[in-house]
Amino acid sequence: MAEATVTHAGDAPGRPDGLRGIAADISSDQRAFKTASWGKAMMWIFLLSDTFIFSCFLLSYMTVRISTTVPWPNPSEVFALHIGGSDIPLILIAIMTFVLISSSGTMAMAVNYGYRRDRKKTAILMLVTAALGATFVGMQAFEWSKLISEGVRPWGNPWGADQFGSSFFMITGFHGTHVTIGVIFLLIVARRVWRGDFDVGRRGFFTDRRGHYETVEIMGLYWHFVDLVWVFIFALFYLW
Amino acid sequence: MVDATHGGMGTIPAAEVPDVELYHPHSWIEKYVFSQDAKYIAIQYSITALAIGLVALVLSWLIRLQLGFPGVFTFIDADHYYQFITMHGMIMVIYLLTALFLGGFGNYLIPLMIGARDMVFPFVNMLSYWVYLLAVLVLAASFFMPGGPTGAGWTLYPPQAILSGTPGQQWGIILMLISLIIFIIGFTMGGLNYVVTVLQARARGMTLMRMPLTVWGIFTATILALLAFPALLVANIMMLFDKLLGTSFFMPAIVELGQQMSYRGGSPILFQHLFWFFGHPEVYIVALPAFGIVSDLIATHARRNIFGYRMMVWAIVAIAALSFVVWAHHMYVSGMNPNFGFFFATTTLIIAIPTAIKVYNWILTLWRGNIHLNVPMLFALGFIVTFVNGGLSGLFLGNVVVDVPLSDTMFVVAHFHMVMGVAPIMVIFGAIYHWYPKITGRMMDEGLGKFHFWVTFLGAYLIYFPMHYLGLLGVPRRYHDLGTTDFIPPNVATLNEFITVMALIVGFAQMVFLYNLFTSVWKGKLAGGNPWRATTLEWQTPQTPPAHGNFGKDLPVVYRWAYDYSVPGAKEDFIPQNQPPSAATA
Repeated sequence: MAEATVTHAGDAPGRPDGLRGIAADISSDQRAFKTASWGKAMMWIFLLSDTFIFSCFLLSYMTVRISTTVPWPNPSEVFALHIGGSDIPLILIAIMTFVLISSSGTMAMAVNYGYRRDRKKTAILMLVTAALGATFVGMQAFEWSKLISEGVRPWGNPWGADQFGSSFFMITGFHGTHVTIGVIFLLIVARRVWRGDFDVGRRGFFTDRRGHYETVEIMGLYWHFVDLVWVFIFALFYLW
Repeated sequence: MVDATHGGMGTIPAAEVPDVELYHPHSWIEKYVFSQDAKYIAIQYSITALAIGLVALVLSWLIRLQLGFPGVFTFIDADHYYQFITMHGMIMVIYLLTALFLGGFGNYLIPLMIGARDMVFPFVNMLSYWVYLLAVLVLAASFFMPGGPTGAGWTLYPPQAILSGTPGQQWGIILMLISLIIFIIGFTMGGLNYVVTVLQARARGMTLMRMPLTVWGIFTATILALLAFPALLVANIMMLFDKLLGTSFFMPAIVELGQQMSYRGGSPILFQHLFWFFGHPEVYIVALPAFGIVSDLIATHARRNIFGYRMMVWAIVAIAALSFVVWAHHMYVSGMNPNFGFFFATTTLIIAIPTAIKVYNWILTLWRGNIHLNVPMLFALGFIVTFVNGGLSGLFLGNVVVDVPLSDTMFVVAHFHMVMGVAPIMVIFGAIYHWYPKITGRMMDEGLGKFHFWVTFLGAYLIYFPMHYLGLLGVPRRYHDLGTTDFIPPNVATLNEFITVMALIVGFAQMVFLYNLFTSVWKGKLAGGNPWRATTLEWQTPQTPPAHGNFGKDLPVVYRWAYDYSVPGAKEDFIPQNQPPSAATA
């Protein structure tokens, strides 16, 4: 979208203060959010909806965890790796979290370079972000296969409540799917950046609309959201 | 109209949003099948919803035949009966009402009423319809699977929903859950479009507080849906895992046919919480668009400005917010902490306040109005009456002590059919009669329409009023055959026969409606651009039906709110929203 051109002076007299002013701004002419393009507004609203999905997953997990009569397996023991002769609790999860948070950093840098219209740096940083995301999914696959080899199944596990395996596979699986979709879209957008689609305003294959560097930022919103969700999963599933 | 909210005849600000580049179809198939035009998608949505709704209508006849004449129609055995009530409920609530109000009316009316050329993401909008169609097909496929569709009741409560006592336990329940998941994905694509279009793509001068209430209703309902469907999605995924993978989210330790099952430790109440966290907002996902549309029908056909516009908007928003904190009033007998009952009864009764504000405002709009008793107005009046009736029985059921003896009786069936069945469907009919001339360019037949209204309206009362009485007698719902029970007097059977006959007559009237709907496309008399002399933007388009891009070369500029009817001193008894101040009073 073009920049907002607020050239009129029609609303000068009696602009209300406080809450009324906020309501007046939001309900004002043409657009509720003056700086947000259609795509960005859509991503924010989608993320709000997605927040409700993850909230429902996590609340359901917490409900089954506190209502089950069988003890819950101890996460620090279950998620420990045997490295160098000793069990280090949560080491893999710590690395995974570090990788994912770092990818948020590279994503933010890609957005920055996108706004400077630096084609190559933007594309490279997006590829780095995608690589870090893929690393995260890879380590998650390792974690899954380790737990599966130890006998954890969606319907049961050797250490305690059945719901441990069910919740674990469901929630990390749903989050991992989000990361995977993010990686795929990062690659697609990175290709478009690299090819210069956003510099020449090339039309999208499906939508027939011209692309903008803002797509990078919208992609970034999604990516940061997926990271933020991981923080909650980490806190509520692994640290509880 | 000098009020700061909907007045403001002052200068119109410069355009903030540049005119969009429209997507133009490249081929026949892109124009008529995979169309990206919201108006076309709306018609696709509506026809699909009406088609699957017809299936649900036939199912309701079969349900009533069994209840009215038990034992006569031997092909309706207990299993089939449960499958019929389940599919009837689910189709009507999700695949007909939700899809028709939001996918049908939302797609058609939002861009036209706010002065946009199309939805903001036409491609995603198109996908939304095709994903919805897939959901409908998966649902319909369950009729043909071994074991048939699920008979778990539309609430799909576990553990029974996935155990072998319930019909459709092999495939029906799986397809039902998958179909709902697909529906939610498709709806989300459309819903994001509706919300962003309303928020970010309005015509110049169209502030939020100048939007027609139809758009407010659909917009708010879409936000509700985007926040409520996640709970259903999660519940469906978890139940699908319980069924397919043997997890125990909702399944406690349980014995089935003498066999101890491998489930243990799950919480069936958790499903009920998730389901009703979706299920109660769902009532308002259906009701809020109806509220909005009926406000516009009444204002237009009574030639009066809507009474208390700002209150109407805030009432819609307040109802939407409250609808998220009342869900457990569906669970008074589920075994909750009694203090929850107190909390949820209180919040439930608070909803009566904004709802009553709306009803009073409709009546005050009609007060001393120039009421044209044409078909849309009749349906709008029918809505107010049935909605007030259904709402009053809701006050009974919202109180814990009154609800407990009435739970799972026919009283509940009568209540929710009145309030979220008959009332919104009245609005759907009214809206179809009202906007049909814009969509096709021709009027629907007035005589057939009045016949349709009176049979439907009176018939609905003859069906559901006696049903309240059955409920008070203690007649339970979801019983295939009442058999002989001491507390059920013999006149119950007579009343059931009467209700069944009425249901068949009302069903017949719907065939008349469908005949009218399809034949008027070519037989109806030509309507012209603005047959109802209405103010809103969709009636001001240069072509009827509106062409691709809706408004010709220049987008309209909005100078006033949507309800300038019978303004003193004006040339006509209506002033279109896009008419400049100088031209209106000269």
